[in-house]
Amino acid sequence: MSEAKKPVLEVRNLSVTLPKGADREFAVDKVSFTVNPGEIVCLVGESGSGKSVIAFTVMGLLAKALKPSSGEILLQGENILAASEGRLRELRCTRMSMIFQEPMTALNPVMTCGEQIDEVLNTHTSLDAAQRKAKIIAILDRVKLPEPERIYASYPHQLSGGQRQRIMIAMALVLDPVLLIADEPTTALDVTTQAEILKLIAELQATEGTGVLFITHDFGVVAEIAHRVAVLRWGGLVEMGPTEQILSRPEHAYTKMLISSVPSIHPVHRGARKEGITVLRTEKLGKVYSGKSFFQKARVVKAAVDVDLDIRKGETLGIVGESGSGKSTVARCIARLIDPTDGKVFLGDTEIATMPAGKLRPHRRKVQIVFQDPYRSMNPRITVGEFIIEGPMNFGLKRDEAMARARKLMETVRLDPNSLDRYPHQFSGGQRQRICIARALAMEPELLIADEAVSALDVSVQKQVLELLDEIRQRLNLAVLFITHDLRVAAQICDYVAVMSKGRVVEYGSAEQVFGAPRDDYTKALFAAAPGRHWEFGKFATA
Amino acid sequence: MTVATEDLVDSASIAAASTKRKSLWLLALRNPNVIIGGSILLIMLAIAALAPFLGTVDPTRIDPASRNKKPGTEITMRLDDGQAVKRVALMGTDSLGRDVYSRVIYGTRVSLAVGAAVAIIAIAIGVVIGLVSGYIRWLDGIIMRIMDGLMAIPGILLAIAMVSIWRAGLITVIFAIVVPDVPRVVRLVRSIVLTVREEPYVEGAISVGTPTWVLMFRHILPNTVAPLIVQGTFLAASAILVEAALSFLGIGIPPEIPSWGNIMAEGRTLFRVFPHNIFYPGIFLAFTVLAINIMGDGLRDTLDPKMSKKV
Repeated sequence: MSEAKKPVLEVRNLSVTLPKGADREFAVDKVSFTVNPGEIVCLVGESGSGKSVIAFTVMGLLAKALKPSSGEILLQGENILAASEGRLRELRCTRMSMIFQEPMTALNPVMTCGEQIDEVLNTHTSLDAAQRKAKIIAILDRVKLPEPERIYASYPHQLSGGQRQRIMIAMALVLDPVLLIADEPTTALDVTTQAEILKLIAELQATEGTGVLFITHDFGVVAEIAHRVAVLRWGGLVEMGPTEQILSRPEHAYTKMLISSVPSIHPVHRGARKEGITVLRTEKLGKVYSGKSFFQKARVVKAAVDVDLDIRKGETLGIVGESGSGKSTVARCIARLIDPTDGKVFLGDTEIATMPAGKLRPHRRKVQIVFQDPYRSMNPRITVGEFIIEGPMNFGLKRDEAMARARKLMETVRLDPNSLDRYPHQFSGGQRQRICIARALAMEPELLIADEAVSALDVSVQKQVLELLDEIRQRLNLAVLFITHDLRVAAQICDYVAVMSKGRVVEYGSAEQVFGAPRDDYTKALFAAAPGRHWEFGKFATA
Repeated sequence: MTVATEDLVDSASIAAASTKRKSLWLLALRNPNVIIGGSILLIMLAIAALAPFLGTVDPTRIDPASRNKKPGTEITMRLDDGQAVKRVALMGTDSLGRDVYSRVIYGTRVSLAVGAAVAIIAIAIGVVIGLVSGYIRWLDGIIMRIMDGLMAIPGILLAIAMVSIWRAGLITVIFAIVVPDVPRVVRLVRSIVLTVREEPYVEGAISVGTPTWVLMFRHILPNTVAPLIVQGTFLAASAILVEAALSFLGIGIPPEIPSWGNIMAEGRTLFRVFPHNIFYPGIFLAFTVLAINIMGDGLRDTLDPKMSKKV
């Protein structure tokens, strides 16, 4: 009995040193925590908090540049930091295993899924081929994959992302390890798939009594799955406690700030629709991709079908949907970065969907777009100033006037105007996204498209950028088209919401109506899958 | 308060990052391969530039009295004014009595000129075609099939064909080496253009109405510089080898101009008795090509983004 109560994983005073020249000395700084049998412990933190480094240290998979400098990691009492490479190899899979973020790249594409799980059994057990196969079929069944026999013989590319993650889980659990480390296992998945995988992990873990170390940046996921939570910041442990306590009565200011940055899933009341000029209207907009080839039958993908939208001045329209729903295609058609194959796009009274490239140029100014990846949306070789003034100068503004406008805009997005001569790599992700907004505003657009513009940002930075966007929309009376997969973000910023699935708009209405009383089955399923939807973040009980 | 935390992170990352970008070229200069290869190459350049001042005599001067002398022999030379001068033939003389040392030193000029010319011309043509091919979709298929065709022509056959049409000469040799090299540059540039044009910052530039030519020269072309420098070194090295081979076969540089390939070609018949005729130009050729390749390796390690990410 006392054996069962002993923690499966005990991390004591762990420090991991970063190589010289890094921005801080320790990737992980004197962190201690335990994982008990049958318990899910979440490590939460923003990027760079050291949460993944801890996971990799436990597995003994740390990159060579990083060195654990002090402390110990006890797996059922055995110090992993002192274990030899051979011993670690024995421990992996049998006593501890790990699932990774990217189910696409974590599996070998040239081996069938069955063979890959078989490899684990072959290495660590002395079972014969028939027994191994029986065991694999059993575990595939346990992770609820349909037709285990077929899945056994399938290659990874024949399966969906969620199915691949189930294969990873099956592989990790086939030898009944005592510790499962899950490094952002649902971040790359769509929200409905995420909900299924979370449910699966919780179920398996409860029946087997496995200890789970779950790494995530998403407080929704934390609320959904965790028993205990450890909050990390800059490699140090900020606060640790039971989930309920951390989420509703956090003690540390950082934890409070972090949790109250999580957008609420309940839309803010925005009042009746204002009378305004329609800035953008699409009419049966469609985009069909067809791969023409001499030797093959043309493959046709309908990325967007019959999309009707309209946005008025000062209004934010959100398009929400899972990956592949066509939301980005619509945005890119409207910005004419790709050519629509059907329907019309009216910018004011001008139809631009079929306009030839030469005539389009004057209209480009009116629609500006902010992209998802702040690290790739700026040319690394030109200064921020040059980046902002490029557009206005293309339309004939003189250099010093453009620079003056850039300085003003830097203030608008709350950055130092004196940093215009700096290069993009000298700014953080959130700051870069502000610069991209400034650049878009420099064109004095009528419509601003934000294509997943806050999805790559940490939650606290995300909140600031969202507030900035909303403030700019109000001040400039701008029309905003906001593309996102994140329902919480959409609830906070959108007046109107269009839910897209498989290229079609399945539900379209005011944010309050769509979130409050969804009509379409898909929308209902989408909302039901949102992690932590029952939790009202940021409403702390007064201590 | 939240803004303050973000600023705090940034002051640190700005300090760390600002050192990173500019130092890429400095880093290249610190790479041992670049230093070794670069120094040998610099010495070769100095030799080529200072050829008349390195104790050489006219490399085409024939002296029947002192034919086939072994290296280090003292020979008596009669100058144009009739005066007799004694000098040591460091690398001996060839079967016409020409001073091999002078010929090898002057030969450096031809080799480096060919290497540099081929690299520069091939890159200049390749960049233009590659940009067009990568950016203008409908032209891509046509251009690339032509490039495939060019790549299929063996350089030496082309050179033989061209020499039989025009006469042998430096220009002909350079042209014959450039033609099959251009497609290699085109493929490299095209592949970079194809990746970079999908980058959000290029799409962003399109959406602020940037004209196509600015887009190409400001946002796309700079990405090709580092890989092209690396590619250029390898082109130069192989061009020097091909020139030597062509000259050796008698279809390259005309025999009256000393080039390493020519010297070796002329020494071929008496190789068993007087190996120095082939040995010395061979050493120079090997060292020059090796130096350029070593430097190219070093440059690739530091400049090529795919390789440098691993560091």
